[in-house]
Amino acid sequence: MNETPAPAIEARNLRKSYRELDALDNVSLRLESGRIYGLLGRNGAGKTTLMSILTGQGLPSSGEALIFGRNPYENDETLAKICFIRESQKYPEDFNARQAFAAAALFFGNWDQDLADRLIQDFALPMKRRIKKLSRGQLSAVGVIIGMAARAEVTFFDEPYLGLDAVARQIFYDRLLEDFAEHPRTIVLSSHLIDEIANLLEHVVVIDKGRILLNEDAESLRGSAVAVTGSREKVDAFINGHQVLHRDTMGSLASVTIRARLGDTERAMAAELGLELSVVPLQQLVVRTTMAGTHNLDNTEFLEVLK
Amino acid sequence: MVVAFRERLAVVAVIDDSRPIFIQIAELIESEIVAGTMAEESQVPSTNEFAAYYRINPATAAKGVNLLVESGILYKKRGIGMFVATGAREKLMADRRSAFQHQYVQPLAREARKLGINAEQLALMVHESLSAAATEGSVL
Repeated sequence: MNETPAPAIEARNLRKSYRELDALDNVSLRLESGRIYGLLGRNGAGKTTLMSILTGQGLPSSGEALIFGRNPYENDETLAKICFIRESQKYPEDFNARQAFAAAALFFGNWDQDLADRLIQDFALPMKRRIKKLSRGQLSAVGVIIGMAARAEVTFFDEPYLGLDAVARQIFYDRLLEDFAEHPRTIVLSSHLIDEIANLLEHVVVIDKGRILLNEDAESLRGSAVAVTGSREKVDAFINGHQVLHRDTMGSLASVTIRARLGDTERAMAAELGLELSVVPLQQLVVRTTMAGTHNLDNTEFLEVLK
Repeated sequence: MVVAFRERLAVVAVIDDSRPIFIQIAELIESEIVAGTMAEESQVPSTNEFAAYYRINPATAAKGVNLLVESGILYKKRGIGMFVATGAREKLMADRRSAFQHQYVQPLAREARKLGINAEQLALMVHESLSAAATEGSVL
């Protein structure tokens, strides 16, 4: 009998309730192995709760979390395949970075010390200083180095870049891509800096208020919307029949974002009408698709956060 | 060869959000073939090289390369890598010629009409630009 292999990560109707609040509201997901996923959403959307449950560090109120088809909770064999770097990752009180790496090397079977050494150099990380004396960026670097050198089959990074400057973040993304190409595995990056990581992702999951709002391949999202700008009547005539994601008006001018891939004929027609067509970056597309998909959402707030 | 290709791409390449990245990757390779910088029967960079260079997901880079394999522009040599097929350049040039009118001439005509440039003036401008391009070409 040929069974299809279990997905790397699976959530089945996960629910997590704290008194009146549903931190996770019926979340179902299947993430395949060997891919880089983006888990995107506002603060408090449920990203960290979801990752905690998926990595066996918390229990759901109901539903199931599975890693390669097995419940990770108190399951050593499965836990050994998982690395979860939290945004506020804690280390033993008096550890320095070297000790933290030595501990990680013991725990993770695939640990690559050469990679760790190279990253330590890249990030110019002081090895002897106690971790609690490190700067926010250096603390993030410790997490990034453990998450990468562990080469766990399933790796979660929760907002891994806090305090890292632009150069350090680029080093992280470049090294991650390089290493992923050599050693494909499942990586989940939780982030609200969509534009920065967009090209790294194969698939995007957007979560808000404990629910999944968008679950799509990054490539099929890219170019799936267009902003049409021009005189209001002409814009309205042109966009007729398309799903509208966003609308701005200024006097007799309108700029409307529609969900559509325009063909050559439509582009020619737009040009004929004197309408401007412009690209909608992935970040904006995610924000707008998400906002169009929910009615109760405080739009401006969401936009702010994702900016 | 790969190094030269990279240096050249560094000047030309920008990945944007307008279309799927794999299509943009395919087009970048096509442009190199048309320009003659990627000769027929020469090896193209690996998908991992493309991924690292453009800072994109390796699966996306692979998809772009596969698009060109499907259309017969590139072909696979088992265990060695991807190569530019013989006749690829001529095929791509033919495709581009047939797209030339609506891609370049029509927008040009539209803008010219908007600005009140008549056919004769436009023809003259095109003529001048053509000779300028020819001199540029001979200098290079």
